[in-house]
Amino acid sequence: MSTLKPITINVDEFLALNKYTVDEGNAHIELVEDPDTEEFLKLVRLCPAALYKIDEEGKKSFDYAGCLECGTCRIACGDTIIKKWENPQPTMGIEYRFG
Amino acid sequence: MSDFDAIVVGSGCAGSIAAYELARAGKSVLVVERGNAAGAKNMTGGRIYSHSLKRVFPDFEKDAPLERKITHERISMLSPDANFTVDFTSEEMRQEGRDSYSVLRAEFDPWLAAQAEEAGAEYIYGIAVEDLIENEGRIVGVMAGEDEITADIVLLCDGVNSLLTEKAVGFKRPAAHTMAVGIKQIIELPEGVIDDRMLCAPGEGSSWLFAGDATHGHVGGGFMYTNKNSISLGLVATISDAATSEVPVYQMLEDLKAHPAVAPLIRGGKVVEHSGHMVPEGGLNMMPELIGDGVMLAGESAMMCVNLGYMVRGMDYAIAAGMHAGLCAVMALDAGDTSKAGLQCYLDALDDSFVLRDLKQFSRFPHFMESTPRMFNEYPTMIRDIMNTMFIVDGDPVKPLKKSVMPIVKKVGMMNIFKDVRGGMKAL
Repeated sequence: MSTLKPITINVDEFLALNKYTVDEGNAHIELVEDPDTEEFLKLVRLCPAALYKIDEEGKKSFDYAGCLECGTCRIACGDTIIKKWENPQPTMGIEYRFG
Repeated sequence: MSDFDAIVVGSGCAGSIAAYELARAGKSVLVVERGNAAGAKNMTGGRIYSHSLKRVFPDFEKDAPLERKITHERISMLSPDANFTVDFTSEEMRQEGRDSYSVLRAEFDPWLAAQAEEAGAEYIYGIAVEDLIENEGRIVGVMAGEDEITADIVLLCDGVNSLLTEKAVGFKRPAAHTMAVGIKQIIELPEGVIDDRMLCAPGEGSSWLFAGDATHGHVGGGFMYTNKNSISLGLVATISDAATSEVPVYQMLEDLKAHPAVAPLIRGGKVVEHSGHMVPEGGLNMMPELIGDGVMLAGESAMMCVNLGYMVRGMDYAIAAGMHAGLCAVMALDAGDTSKAGLQCYLDALDDSFVLRDLKQFSRFPHFMESTPRMFNEYPTMIRDIMNTMFIVDGDPVKPLKKSVMPIVKKVGMMNIFKDVRGGMKAL
């Protein structure tokens, strides 16, 4: 497994400052079952919202709710572990107040 | 008979300007924007160079929501424990039409949209264009929500993440080495504090780019733009390279905020927004076809962007492209030919303008940047070591400059430096 230095920042606290309308029942990004660890690690490094996480036990998690709709995961892993990438339904998702 | 002369997908810089030109010429035009308002989904670094906006709106300074006029260009070479900054300011940077402004898209884009609406463009917000309607190889309209809406021309101005350009012109998802991930925070500070810290007169601000440790040696760099009451601080990192980094991009940003050269600038500031956006960096070689039968592309959906390290441009290209797309769409509609051949005037106009000329001029730069990792590692360190040699006095007898500097330069290698300078000159 490729290495990651310790992460000291909790991005969730920053995301809490953003304005979102979360589409609870409808994930606009979906991963394949049991995603490859190296591919997943790319997204741990790249996603500006830090939505892709691996905990101490090596358990992977992904939550679309804080998505910034940048599309980076689609570019990085669109051929591998990203099964579905769409924009959130209209009026849903991030709404920048500054941008 | 189509429902509209033209449909514009997306109300960013390119879309609103294209709609404005079409509406001004009396064409019926519908702008479909998936956000609840113009700008709701948009993010910039960012700074806009005013020249192309001025061509469309000669008096934009009067009422456009601009943050500050940029009068300082700062470029820093960061190493983990040092920083070397060049700070440039001049009267010419303040001249009308040659000036630039920091902007926030959630304010700027609604202003642009309002200009198009006042000119007669119709807007619907909160509706996404899910698909294009195709008829015998020609784009004839859009699927938006449950509705089919037809038009003689569809303009795709739907941004860097367009999912429609593949169907329109066969554009495939860009490769990871041609795209960068951008991450940014808005940090609020009192206006006067920003004036003082940035050494700027009231109403004026600085653009500040950081190479080296901002991305912990990876391809990319940090940026800081001063707004009225806030600072936009972030970084951009090439996706294929950052995917191998030991430090995630959000941690890079946090480390940049804590760097001794940056921390005092934002001290006491309050983060009020955290955003992300991709930057197309591949230049001319990654651009899609800009026209097809019944369809045109402008702005970031067409990958119109240049990142030279010391300068990042996108919005001025989008505005110029939007203007030319709108004007040429009007000509094509008047001529009754909106086929690909009928839209050729758009390509001709871009070829003649700075948009494609610049992108051609810089077409070799993305490769240079990618293949010169020394820019992000060895050079910031080399500059630190040279500066330490020059400035530190500790009572040791001084050596001749040549003796103290040459070993530092030799660490990187004279040939490497020569090669990189030559490569950079050729690519710019």
